[in-house]
This record gives sequence, C-alpha cells and structure tokens, in this order.
Amino acid sequence: MNANLEQIKQEIIAGAEELASSREVYEFKKKFLDGKAGKIGLLMKEMKNIPPEQRADYGKGVNELKEWALGFLGELDVKMKEKELQARYEAEKIDISLPAACSEEGNLQPITLVRNQLIDIFSGMGFEIYEGAEIETDYYNFTALNTPQDHPARDMQDTFYLSPEFLLRTQTSAGQIHVMEKQQPPIKILSPGKVFRSDDDATHSPMFTQMEGLVVDKGITLCDLQGMLDVFVKKIYGEGTKTRLRPSYFPFTEPSVEVDCSCFECGGSGCKLCKGTGWIEILGAGVVNNKVLENCGIDSNEYSGFAFGIGIERTAMLKYGINNIKLLFESDLRVLKQLND
Amino acid sequence: MITPLSWLKEYVDIDVTPQELEEKLFSCGFEVEELYEVGKDISKVVVGHVLTCEAIPDTHLHVCQVDCGEHGTFQICCGADNVCAGGKFPVALVGATVYATAKDHKTVEGVMTIGKGKLRGYESFGMLCSGVELGVSENMYPGAGYNGLLVLPEDAQIGADVKPMLGLDDWIFDIAITANRPDCQSIFGIAREVAAVLEKELKYPALDYTETEATLEGFKVSVDCPDLCPRYSAHYVTDVKIGESPAWMKRRLALVGIDAISNVVDITNYILKELGQPMHAFDLSTLEGNAINVRRAKDGEKIVTLDEQELTLTEANMLICDGVKPVALAGVMGGLNSEIRETTSAVLFESAKFARDNIRRTSRALGKRSDSSARYEKGVDEYATVMAMKRALHLIEELECGKVSCMHVDVNTGNSVEPRELTVSIDKVNKCLGIVVPNEDILRIMKNLAFEPTIDGDNLTLQVPAYREDMETYQDVAEEVIRMYGYEHVVPAFMPSAQVTIGGLNLTQKSELRLKKALCSVGAYECIHYSFFSPSDLDLLRLPEDAVERKAIRLVNPISEELSLMRTTLAASMINAVARNQKKGNLEGRLFEIGNVFMPYELPLTQYPDEKPRLCVGIFGEKESFYTMKGIAEKIADTLQVSFTYENMSNTFLHPYQTAKVLCEGVEVGYFGKLAYDIADECDLRTPMFVMEMDLKILSQWYGKKPVFTPLPKFAEEKRDLAIVVSKDITCGQLEAVMKDACKYITNITLFDIYEGEQIAADKKSMAFTVVFTPKDEAFTAESVDGFVKKILKQLGKNFGAELRS
Repeated sequence: MNANLEQIKQEIIAGAEELASSREVYEFKKKFLDGKAGKIGLLMKEMKNIPPEQRADYGKGVNELKEWALGFLGELDVKMKEKELQARYEAEKIDISLPAACSEEGNLQPITLVRNQLIDIFSGMGFEIYEGAEIETDYYNFTALNTPQDHPARDMQDTFYLSPEFLLRTQTSAGQIHVMEKQQPPIKILSPGKVFRSDDDATHSPMFTQMEGLVVDKGITLCDLQGMLDVFVKKIYGEGTKTRLRPSYFPFTEPSVEVDCSCFECGGSGCKLCKGTGWIEILGAGVVNNKVLENCGIDSNEYSGFAFGIGIERTAMLKYGINNIKLLFESDLRVLKQLND
Repeated sequence: MITPLSWLKEYVDIDVTPQELEEKLFSCGFEVEELYEVGKDISKVVVGHVLTCEAIPDTHLHVCQVDCGEHGTFQICCGADNVCAGGKFPVALVGATVYATAKDHKTVEGVMTIGKGKLRGYESFGMLCSGVELGVSENMYPGAGYNGLLVLPEDAQIGADVKPMLGLDDWIFDIAITANRPDCQSIFGIAREVAAVLEKELKYPALDYTETEATLEGFKVSVDCPDLCPRYSAHYVTDVKIGESPAWMKRRLALVGIDAISNVVDITNYILKELGQPMHAFDLSTLEGNAINVRRAKDGEKIVTLDEQELTLTEANMLICDGVKPVALAGVMGGLNSEIRETTSAVLFESAKFARDNIRRTSRALGKRSDSSARYEKGVDEYATVMAMKRALHLIEELECGKVSCMHVDVNTGNSVEPRELTVSIDKVNKCLGIVVPNEDILRIMKNLAFEPTIDGDNLTLQVPAYREDMETYQDVAEEVIRMYGYEHVVPAFMPSAQVTIGGLNLTQKSELRLKKALCSVGAYECIHYSFFSPSDLDLLRLPEDAVERKAIRLVNPISEELSLMRTTLAASMINAVARNQKKGNLEGRLFEIGNVFMPYELPLTQYPDEKPRLCVGIFGEKESFYTMKGIAEKIADTLQVSFTYENMSNTFLHPYQTAKVLCEGVEVGYFGKLAYDIADECDLRTPMFVMEMDLKILSQWYGKKPVFTPLPKFAEEKRDLAIVVSKDITCGQLEAVMKDACKYITNITLFDIYEGEQIAADKKSMAFTVVFTPKDEAFTAESVDGFVKKILKQLGKNFGAELRS
C-alpha cells in the first residue's frame, strides 16, 4: 500500500471528525472526490510516475480508497442528514393545545335543518313542495277547511287578524286549498311554512313552523296514511320506531287522528321525555273531509285523500333536546353554534 | 272536563280500575289529561277512638290515649279545642302523609309526613287531624270545615282507613273533549261514552216530577232574535224555600270545583255539570210585566250583572228582559236585579239554546266569562235543553225546595229532539278506512253508541240521537266505527292505487337553499325572526314619515305593541338580533335570514299584499369591514352565477360614505353598509355592524343560470402590473371601467395595492393593478402587449390625468 494513500485515508478519517453539517460533509467530500480534481482523482494522475510493475497494485489501491471514501462519507452524509432533520423537527416543536386556526363554517337554523330533512324524506315519496302565503283570507284558512264562522274549532286557535277578511294563517292547510283549486288529482304536496297563533309561553310561540302533507288520488284510505307514517317515522327517528293512531278531531279531516311514535329515547319503556308513557305525540292527521274536497271542486265520489300536519319546532326541540321554543327565535350565536347538524 | 269517578258510576256500572278506564277512554278519543285520587296526598290515616284525654297544665294542649284498633293504642298530643274522650277522630299514624297548614290552621302549605314528636315533654305518636289537614272541606264532608278536629261518626270502625268514609278514595278524571263533541261536555255525556266503550247499560238520571195546578195567568215568553236563540223554555216553580243543598249535592259540586250557594242556585250549577246545559233561575217577584222577552241589546244599553258590574252593551249582545227591563245578559250572566235571594219564594227556570258564536263574541267583547258562557261557546244541543229542564224540576221535588207548577213555556224555532235517520253505504265506510269491518262489529258498535242500527244489504241505517249533531256523512260513521273497533286494526299500505308523482323542490326553493348554504360557507349562521315587528323598529331605522316601510300592515289583535306590525324590512330584526348577541357577550359573528316582507297595495287590506322574500345579512366584530360585507355580496353573486355592480348611496340607518347599492345587470337588488353610529349607540353595540338586505323576488329572475364553458385560451395569457397615480377622489371602479374600455383583450383587473405618502404628491394616490390580457385568434407579441398598455395609459391620462408611477 502506497503510504500516500494511507495518509489520505487518515486525513479523511480525521477530517470527518470535524464535520458538523451535511453541507460541510458535501464540501469535504468534494475536496477528495470531485472527479479528477479531488485529492483521490489527483492520485490517478500520479499513475504515470509509478513504476510499471507497481501500477496494477497502485491502481487497485486508489480504487479501493475511492470506494471506501465514497462509502464512508456517504454513510456520514446519511447520519448527518438524519440528525439535521431531527433538529429541524425539534426546532418546530409546538403546543398542540393552542386554539385551532380555521375558517368558520356557519350553519342552518335548526328549524331549517328539520324542514330540509322532512322535505328530503317526502320528496323521495313523490311530494312536491308548495309554500303558500303567510297572509291568508278567512275563507282559505277556515271556511274552505270546513271551519265556518261559528264553528267551535275556531276556538282551538287564537287567530291574528289583519282586517275582517285577512288574517295570519293559523295552519299551513290554507295553502292546500289553493293547490286543490288549481290542480286535479293526483296531488301529493308538502307545505312547509310559518304559521301564527296568539300564544306565548315556554312551549308556544306566536309564530311557529308547520309542515302539512296532502295526498289526493283514487282509493286513498286510512291504511295508506298509516303506511306512509310508518315509513316517515322510521326515516326520521330510526328503524325500530313504531306508530300509534288514536282518535282526534280536526274540521278538515274525518276520521281524524293524533299520531304517536314509540319514544326514541327509551324505545317505549317509559322515560322523562315521553313522561313515562313510552309514546310521543308527533303529528295530527286524517282522511280528508269530503266537504273540503268538494269546496275545491274535486269529486269526492272519485277521489279521496289524507292529510297530516307536523310541528317543526316540536320535532326540532325533541331532536336536539331544546327546552324552550323561544331559543329558536332569539338568534343567540351560543345556541346556533351548538346545533351543527 | 273534570269528572269524578263516583259521579260517573251513577250512570254506568264501572267494573274496571280507574287506570283501565283511562286507557279505554284514550283509545276511543277522550284523552285523560290528568287522573288522580282525590286523597292522593293522604295516607295512613285511620279512625281513632280517644280513650283518655287529659289537659297538659298551662297549655291549650291535651295528651290522649287513642285506640287505633289493629294498629295499636298510641299517646298523642293534641291542641284542638274539640278533642274529648270517647270521640272518634282521624288519626295520622307515624309515617302518615297529610297536608301541613299555616298557623291559621286553614292555609295548606304542602304535604308533611308525620313522625314521632315531643310536646312539652310529652311524647306523641301521631296526629289527630282536622278536615283541612286531610284536604276535606265542609262541602265535601259535613263538619269538616270546623277549625278543629274532624269528628267522625260514632259507628265508624276503629282502626279503619278514613279515606273511603271521607270520599278521599274517589278518582278525578280531567278529560280533554274535542271540539266536535260538545255533547260530552258533561258528566252524563261522558257516561254515554263510557257505557258504549265498556258495553254497559246507561242509567238515565231521574226526570220525573208532578205538576201542581198553579200557573201564571197571561205570562208570555217571546224571542225577537230566533237566529241567536233557537230555543227558549221557561218553567214556573212555586213555594220555593231557599236553603242549603243536601250533602251529596254539595260534595259533587265541590269535587268539580263549584262552591255551594243555595239549593236553587246549586240545582242550576249541578245540571250544568251533569247534563252540560246552562240554566238560569230568576226570582219571579223581581220580574215585571208578566213576560220574558229575548232580544238584541240596544247600542249603549246597560245592565248590572250578578257580580255588581255595570256593562255597556251593543246590538251584538243578547238580553233576557222581563216586560220592562233587562234581567240577564243571555248565556253569560244573570242580572243583579233578578238574582235568587234568601227571601225568594217563586222562581222562573230558564233552559235555552243560544248561538255559540254570539255568546263567545259577547263574552270576549265584554271580558266577561262564566261557567255558563264557557259552556255555550262550545255549543249546546236541543236534547240537553229539554232534558235539563225536566231534571231541574225533578231536583226541586227531590230536594223539597219548591212545587212544580204547570206553567211551562217553550219557544222552539222548529228544532226536534227526535233522532234523525242517517243511511250510509257500508262499502264506503270500509273504503274510507281501507279495511273491512265485519257487519256484526259495525252493528255492535253502533248499538253501543245508541244509534239503533239496521243493515239492509250495503245500507247501514242509524237513528242518530239529537245530541250527536256531528254525525252527517259516511266519514263520520267511519270514525265512530274505527274509534270503537280499534285503530290497531288499520293495516299499513302504501297507496297501491295511486299514480306515481315526481316530487321535490322547485327552482326557487332550490336556489334559496343554495344561497343559504353559500352563506354558511362564509361563516354565517341562519336565523329565523318573527314576521311581525314593532313600530319602534321603524323609528330605530330613522325612517321618514313617508317611507314605504312605514306603510306596514297592522295586526288587529297583536300580543303586544312590539309584535304589532308585519315586517316591511328585515334589517330591524337583524339589528336587534345583533344587539341581543352583544348584550350576551357575543362581540363578533355573522348572521343571515331569509324571510318575507309584506308590502300592502292599500290599507286596510282588500287584496293579498305583496309577500316578498328577502335576504338579510348582519355581520359584526372588529374584523368586519365594508369590504368583508362586499365579499359576502360577491359570494352571493358567484352562487347565482351573476355579477354585481355597486354604486354609492345613502339611507337613514347606514353610514353616509360606507353604503352601497347593489345592482345585478343594472337592476337594483339591494343594499349594504355600515350601521350608522347613532343607531349602534342606541343599541349599545360595542363592535361595528354591517347590514345587507337583498330582494330575492327580483334576484329570482336569475335563478337557475347555468355556467357556460369557455374553451381554454390557445395562446398564453400576458400579465402586466400597472401602478397608476391619480388624484385621491378617483375610484377604483372608474379606473377599471376605463381600462376595460381601452382594450378588448383585458379579461381581468385586480387591484393589489394602494399607496399614499411621501413618494408621490400629497393630493394623489397610487393604485397598483394586475391586468390580464387574453389573446383570441393569435398569440401576442411583446410589442402588441406594450401597445395595449400604452393605449390604456393614454385613456387613463385623458380621463383622469392619471400617470404611470415612475
């Protein structure tokens, strides 16, 4: 072994001790291995000064030194880079409990959320969405719905009047008359909208939202109402939910029913939400009174129908566990931000 | 309808538990809103026999040894003045619950549990009770009203539970009656349903009486307003002896919340509850002119009612008059001048049917409600009117408080109390229900409901009792059948015979939902506010007297002045919502609402007003500015695939220099701007607020605009940054417009910097734009773009004296 080669090897080993960064490794490597200009490259130039019989050994020695240097410094480079990466990460250590930086996404009002959910369900069943006017006439809100002037059912609702003829609709059913006047069956409509009654306490608001459904076609019966309600409650409250019909009274349906569904909180065993009964009242419904059909020029001998009305606030309150209806109309961001559904 | 079980049992043999009866009533359409035992708070109270009773020295107390039979004999201290050896009294054993009373021994202050006690060194194992402590009034049990111990009968079995003997084991059903069943607004009415649902016989209350030959010569009853009073009957009762009613009657009245007054008055109240017919009794001696006349009041006519209030009437009210003067406000309240007194010796009973609407309106207009008016408002049937008079006369005899004369006058406008025949198709009934109810079940159900049914082929013929005014069509029959047959028989189906329809939202509904979602994406939360607002909101917005917003529709009967006008702008509700948020410490946020405004064509309304959907956005916080709101406007434009332009404007509630009118293709669609400082101060806002309102009815003409694909440019775009120096009053919009005019290849101009300062003249500003040029048919050369820039600069110079910043 040429002493010169050994000297270079020692020089590399000693010099490597001093290296502190991958950049320095790069520079150091260049000093020895930069093609023909590096120290090892220059050794090859020495070849001509080596006696011919030694040349083979010399060349082998230089190549071995080059291989070794490449491996040695390459390894050093990898180690150095690993160290540097680690150091960079260390330097970027953060407190992950600091507040998040994100662009805030707003949210639809809970009433709209429930309304959209119901619209989705009923759209799929072939219901068109019809939004009537908030200001209605006495005729469309009451008379056409089989609630004439002295009818006791008018006591059920305290109506806001705007004039002797005009009022704030007390029920979305008012809109159905407009639809039935313009359109012959088959009719499948869903009327969501604001309705108004002179009531003001923790569970009543002078304005609230109803969603009324109406089907008029040939051969519609109470069984179809039950069937549709079964589908509806399963979609909104879960597969296992059952419905129960019980007699009630609305002037525009006959027979009329209140519809309860098995309590989605306790499954029917009785809890605080269902007041121990296992059932929760969710909507009113019935077979459309023939007088209403006739009032709209629909032949009740040929067609029949059913109708139902859901209180959206009540559904939203049950769904989100909201205890005071007023919270839905106060626009308190602390409330709105919670109900992100 | 408060219904005591004991009273119901007079008409039906009820052999089910109160809970089972509740279930039965519920299933046939009568929801029991509350069911409770009369003595629900009383337990472990038994009959005690006081063996010894010794006074405790220097006190009003006695120490007694009380035999409580099987429960043992206990030492009990007692402070009542009527405690005595040998007496039988209720004993609350240790662990019993009774009512706690205040120091007056009359006022109930909750329920207490009896424990062992020690009074003046004497141990006491229980309590001897008064009526109040057991919740028993004088009317519920004679003697219970005494302010001392309740004295039990001598034959009371020692150690027995006192609840049955005091009637505390009775049950109260509070039953909700739907508006179509006014015939069930009485205990007997409920009993009819109970008999039907339990399939038991219905026992009628006794209606018999014997008439004497007494009469009133020439007494006339006339009705001038048969539309308001379809039936009026009167009967004369002689030899009246006013006194107390018997204990059974007082007890029943007490259970339904009525105080006993005197036998004759109690009879009318009893019948109101029993049969649902309001009755009135006039002191005959106060009636002048030998007549009763039912008529409309004259405008301004006055009457003083039983409660000593003078009412001024209108023609809308109905009066009962004698031959000379008004003696009662029909259906609402008797007159003070004809009321029953202790000295009354002859009575004229009234049993009448008044139009429910008239009574309701009178009662509301005069603010005068009574049990009678509440009952009339729901509708009284002919059947009850006739039955009630007979029952009253029977009770006069039973209570031995008068003699029934033969003077009976009945003014009937032609109504019958006989059953009506109704024939319906059984097939139609079944087709309404969607199931086939066996004929024998239909017959059974109709029979139980006293409809005397017969079936002939498809025809079901019923004899509908007069009290069932609601029964008119096969649908009504279907309801009767199914509520008794059971809704569990309904089989779910899914409209097998119906045609397929395609449902879903229409374009407007879809577009509004897209707008809402777009606003959510910029951090805004949706709100829903009332459709009505306050006149003070119009003042808050500083709207001038002639502003269109002031022409708002007024509610005739608002809940309050704050909720008395239909909204003509959404801005006020939004400002109030932000103010509420700031009061609660929410100092920044974004809110929006889509709701209607109501613009009348004229007032008062004679046609539907213009109901227009509007969008209102309210943003507030230190981070918000005119430009963040403008960003929201741009978001709306992007969502609808349109572009907006903006013009300066001012209105009464926004900052004079930070308000913009928004135009879409040149059409005004809304405005936005910073809330005026005086209004922000008035609302105590702590951070700046910006408000936007857009007319969605106008914007809806652009709903559904589809994006059009523009092929990508074949040749490379060129960008140039131009810093333009102009005088300070030139706007960005003006510069952009001129640049766009100057070169048809400009596809985008973006302002990226504004500079004012030392490097340029004091009255100037530098605005730096990035201008994008897009080639059309051939690629640009370096010279062609330089040419465009030159042209632009020339135009800017010509229009605004603008120069390129050096």
